Amino acid sequence: MIGKIKNKLKEVNNRNLEQKRSDELYAIGALFDTPDEIMDAAGKTTEAGYEEFDVNTPYPVHGMDQAMKLKNTMVGKTTFIFGFLGTTAALLMIGWMSGIDYQNIIGGKPFFAIPPAIPITFELTVLLGGLATAGLMLTLFNRLPWINNPLHDTNYIKQTASDKFGLVIYAKDKNFNIATVEGFLQSIGGKSIEKINFFEVREDRVRTPIFDFKFIALLAVVTVVTAVTAYGILRYVLFLPPFDFMWKQEKVLPQEKSTFFADGFSMRPPVEGTVSRGYIPYEYQGLPDSVVTLLANPLPINAEVLAKGKQRFDTYCSPCHGYYGEGDSRLRGQFPNPPSLHTDKVRQWADGNIYHVITNGQNVMSSYAKQISRDDRWAIVHYIRALQRALNAKDEDLN
Amino acid sequence: MEFHNKALPGKVSRIGFGLLITGLILMVAAFALDYRRAMFDYLTMFMWLLSLGLGSLGLIALEYISGATWSTPFRRVSEFLASLLPVMFLLVIPVVVGMKELFVWTDPQVVKSDAVLQGKEPYLNTTFFIARAAICLLIWVVFYFFLVRNSQKQDSESIPQYTKSNIRLSAIFTPIFMVTLTIIAIDFMMSLFPHWYSTIYGVYYFSGTLVAAYSALTLISVLLKEGNYLSSRINNDHFYSMGMLMFAFNIFWAYIAFSQLLLQWYADIPEETFWYIIIWEHSWKVVSIALFLVHFAIPFLVLMPRSVKTNLKKLKFMAIWMLVAHYLDLYWLIMPAYDHHSAVFGWQEIGFPLFAVGVVIVIFKMKARKTNIIPVGDPKLESGFNFHL
Repeated sequence: MIGKIKNKLKEVNNRNLEQKRSDELYAIGALFDTPDEIMDAAGKTTEAGYEEFDVNTPYPVHGMDQAMKLKNTMVGKTTFIFGFLGTTAALLMIGWMSGIDYQNIIGGKPFFAIPPAIPITFELTVLLGGLATAGLMLTLFNRLPWINNPLHDTNYIKQTASDKFGLVIYAKDKNFNIATVEGFLQSIGGKSIEKINFFEVREDRVRTPIFDFKFIALLAVVTVVTAVTAYGILRYVLFLPPFDFMWKQEKVLPQEKSTFFADGFSMRPPVEGTVSRGYIPYEYQGLPDSVVTLLANPLPINAEVLAKGKQRFDTYCSPCHGYYGEGDSRLRGQFPNPPSLHTDKVRQWADGNIYHVITNGQNVMSSYAKQISRDDRWAIVHYIRALQRALNAKDEDLN
Repeated sequence: MEFHNKALPGKVSRIGFGLLITGLILMVAAFALDYRRAMFDYLTMFMWLLSLGLGSLGLIALEYISGATWSTPFRRVSEFLASLLPVMFLLVIPVVVGMKELFVWTDPQVVKSDAVLQGKEPYLNTTFFIARAAICLLIWVVFYFFLVRNSQKQDSESIPQYTKSNIRLSAIFTPIFMVTLTIIAIDFMMSLFPHWYSTIYGVYYFSGTLVAAYSALTLISVLLKEGNYLSSRINNDHFYSMGMLMFAFNIFWAYIAFSQLLLQWYADIPEETFWYIIIWEHSWKVVSIALFLVHFAIPFLVLMPRSVKTNLKKLKFMAIWMLVAHYLDLYWLIMPAYDHHSAVFGWQEIGFPLFAVGVVIVIFKMKARKTNIIPVGDPKLESGFNFHL
């Protein structure tokens, strides 16, 4: 079995790919060794009156277009015309879209104005110019999809693709005559002069395969099948169970009227007295300071709690109170300055008092109950105590 | 060698001095008739000459740091043009003397009643202005001196060491060039409207400067080529490259000008738009449209085909055109400060460009008498001659 495959592969590898050539002469080619020689040869060929000839070199040779007396190509004009089409198309498009079809007032500007249309005009000019140049080059100049130039697979083109400089005179030239051309090529110093015949199947005489019925039919089938499949999947398959379970579930959409509740509201408020998870109600909310002096700090004093307190204090309190609680805020001047936390009043306050101010707010300061969790607020209280102690250290702290 | 010290004909000096003296007489008359208006005309002329000199110095530096060889046969043209820079020290004196006429911020009375000008006073004051101008000019002249000295020494000594040190100098000079050019553009032109600002202003002047420098280089090279003062080995590909760069930097100028317009149009902030209102009303509107056509639309279409850039006659015409367009550009930047309502143009404006062209010709002729028109000792010269597209 494996042996058979191997044999088959060998057969494929060794198959003769060379195409048969007809008797009809396509061109006569000659090889030259240096760029100077080929330049000279091209000049002489032009002088001798040959018009249908070409030069093949392994790399671009400067000045060859002049030596061959080539006229300017149509590339520049083509690009310009299509670029100009792009300019016009862009201006018309923007003019129609923003000026007529979809008028929108943006910053009090006119519906259609030139300045904002310039970038898109530029883009379309470049795009159309570039695409047309590349597309026309491939189709008109390189004549794709014709791919089998008779020069292919000759010694001439193999040599010029590596290190030789070649010149071919085509048989279609009006002065063409095998004997004279061969003599001429020899006289200008050409070596390995080679007659190149057409292939048996002449591509330039076959209609381009683009218009082949089979090709067009295949293209049409592929297009239709792809489009129908995509449409079918998107339109129908995605709405079959189980893909539509989530779509069809019982749910209330925003702004939807309820037919079940008498008041017509679909969204129900929570039952009275509902408490969210982990929430401990604060029964002193809105009461004056004096009632809370007995509230004790439930957290122990340790490095972890103090670090937490410092972090929260720096985030929420320091913008106004300053990093050390001295009332020297970063927002100084933009809000009324808060009092220092190191006044005798605050130092003599019970922990509960400070906690109450954070929770309830005081004067300009609003409640921080929503931003800072209960434990964090108590951690801040510990931290404030530490700050106060730090600025009013006792002798024993020095030990 | 064929291009050793070939003196330009005496006709050149006669034309140069003729223009210079005619211009000078008209200038003096203009100053006598309307001192303020003549000051603004003078500033326009000053900035145009600065564009040529400074832009040419920029081109020299550009050639060295990019390792370009194609422009080496023409580098002397840029060097001669850059020798306008030392002369700028003389030419800047009238601007400094007439500052009070040009810049409103020099008037303490105006500054006192204007909060914006008070805020800008630490920068926009007479002393600092003069100091900046002097320092920038000094920097340019120093770099000019060293770059050109190295280049000219190479003529006799022919050693590549000079090219190497010039590459190093150019690499240092290029960023300094951009900064100093921006400072001078802001000081001498943008501060004519001290309430207005555009952060792209320096780049705008830079783009115009390079257009002017390339145009002058092209024009003079074509003239020298026609008179056979350049080597016969200079071919159409050299001139094509010059035309191409002129074309490219002209598009760059339009791009910068449009970038400024688009952003200020979109943002629509009163402190930015009032300048556009001035130049888009009354007769300034005509000048603005003319500037668009003369500086961008027409050269864009004319310079596009290859045939124009390889035809020396057409190229010469377009180089002159672009030099005029750059003058118009500066006129459009500076003169609205003289009269917000109407674009003034009369015989008073004629003398200044004549004088400027005269100065360029006379200095070029003087330089060309002492120095070779082609840098014969430059190691890049040979590959410059062999340049092909």
